[in-house]
Amino acid sequence: MMSKATDKNNPPSTGGVSRQTFLRAAVGSAGVIYAAGLAYPVYRYVASPVEKAAKESAVTEVTLKDAQKLAPGSALMFKFGSKPSMLIHHNDGTWTALTAVCTHLGCTVHYQEDKKRIHCACHGGVYDPKTGANVSGPPPMPLKRYEVKVTDAAVIVSRSQDRA
Amino acid sequence: MKSILLSFYSWADERLGLEEMVQFAKHKTVPVHSQAFWYYWGGLSLFFFLIQFATGVLLLLYYRPGPDAYDSVRQITYDTNFGWLVRSVHSWAANLMIVAIFVHMFSVFFMKAYRKPREFGWWSGVALLGMAMVFGFSGYLLPMDDLAYFATKVGMEIFSVVPMIGPKLADLVRGGPDVSEYTVHRFFALHVVVLPAVFLPILGFHLWLVQRHGNAVPPSEEAKSEAQRRSESFFPNFMMKDFAMWLVAFNVLSVLAFMFPWDLGPQADPLKPAPLGIHPEWYFMSQFQVLKIFGDLFPGKLGEILGIVVFTAGLLLWFLIPLYDNTQEAGRRAKRATYFGLFTLMALIVTTIWAYLVL
Repeated sequence: MMSKATDKNNPPSTGGVSRQTFLRAAVGSAGVIYAAGLAYPVYRYVASPVEKAAKESAVTEVTLKDAQKLAPGSALMFKFGSKPSMLIHHNDGTWTALTAVCTHLGCTVHYQEDKKRIHCACHGGVYDPKTGANVSGPPPMPLKRYEVKVTDAAVIVSRSQDRA
Repeated sequence: MKSILLSFYSWADERLGLEEMVQFAKHKTVPVHSQAFWYYWGGLSLFFFLIQFATGVLLLLYYRPGPDAYDSVRQITYDTNFGWLVRSVHSWAANLMIVAIFVHMFSVFFMKAYRKPREFGWWSGVALLGMAMVFGFSGYLLPMDDLAYFATKVGMEIFSVVPMIGPKLADLVRGGPDVSEYTVHRFFALHVVVLPAVFLPILGFHLWLVQRHGNAVPPSEEAKSEAQRRSESFFPNFMMKDFAMWLVAFNVLSVLAFMFPWDLGPQADPLKPAPLGIHPEWYFMSQFQVLKIFGDLFPGKLGEILGIVVFTAGLLLWFLIPLYDNTQEAGRRAKRATYFGLFTLMALIVTTIWAYLVL
């Protein structure tokens, strides 16, 4: 395009782009293509586990076989995708499932049945076991809750629709 | 902006003496003559080594030595983005590096670049080649597929010719009477820690010597008067050509790694028979064949020992050549050294081809 335009306006002997400019641009672009061709596979290679984890956490539903047999007043740890999560069977017969990753600095929390609370040992954060609300301590946000469906063969935990 | 850079430069220069290096680089020259093509092969060896270093670190991100070794290489090859490519580049560059070092060594030999004052360059170079081959041997086992397993099993037999302590030594190196996960761990430690720790300082020494003595010229150039000889500046002229050669090498490597990705065989299983036509890497084929020839000539232990003795003696002569062919004159010793070089080159090529023919 450009050379055509310059051809029309200028005699060929004084052409618009000098040999040096052309060579510099050509070598420069070749260099960029090489660098990109080298960097792309290396980046994808190094990022492989990151991509895998992202794919795993894209799950929307986890079926916990035989979890319906979980005794009231106890909790079960499971992985929702790559995230540590917790299923609690309360004494009143209700169920709660939530992420077990403290919203403060990411430690895994645990359910304390005697104190009816979810506790984080790292910095003493406390959550409500039924709602996941942050009750006391440093956590800035509640634990995310999942939807729970109990059948006679399994407990099905899924990402709640209103949040998704 | 420019003045900030300049003042930073002078700040660093005062403390590091950068100007000396710049002056050195400016005045460094490289001879120009009909055989100057061979000057590129040391740089090419270095290039492939740098590739090995980079891809080796990348493989370390996912490789797991020990009982998991095969599975981790399988994951690298099939489950990790571009893992097949990284592994393929590492395997291909390993072989190309040995090729480059061999070419470099023989060109140095025939240019008689080992003569005074470059003896230490020769000795450190031969040591680097030896270590590169141990790099190759130890790295070959790490995937723990059937070829790796049996090739290492056979290769370890070399220890059995060492009198008295041979078998014990082999057990210690293997970590048991047979190649196992312990062997993988030991070879891994050797391959990624011990060898680099020894290789890098010797490589530094080798490169420093090149800076100190400059490129040697072949005897035909030496015979010319100062006025007749031509040279070019290293920076930027020769360096640019060097990089151009690296680019060619990079392209060759890329094409090979892409078009012929390195294979991963079935997992090693000591209970399965060895695969047919099993043989060591090409750069061990000559030794392999010499041992075979002597084994055929002198059956039993004697042949094995003779083979090893002949090979070791040849290697020793090769190593010590700077002490024998030590003058600049084109005398009888110089001629003999050249014949020795030609004989060695022919012997290596013939025995290697022979070894492949009788597989």
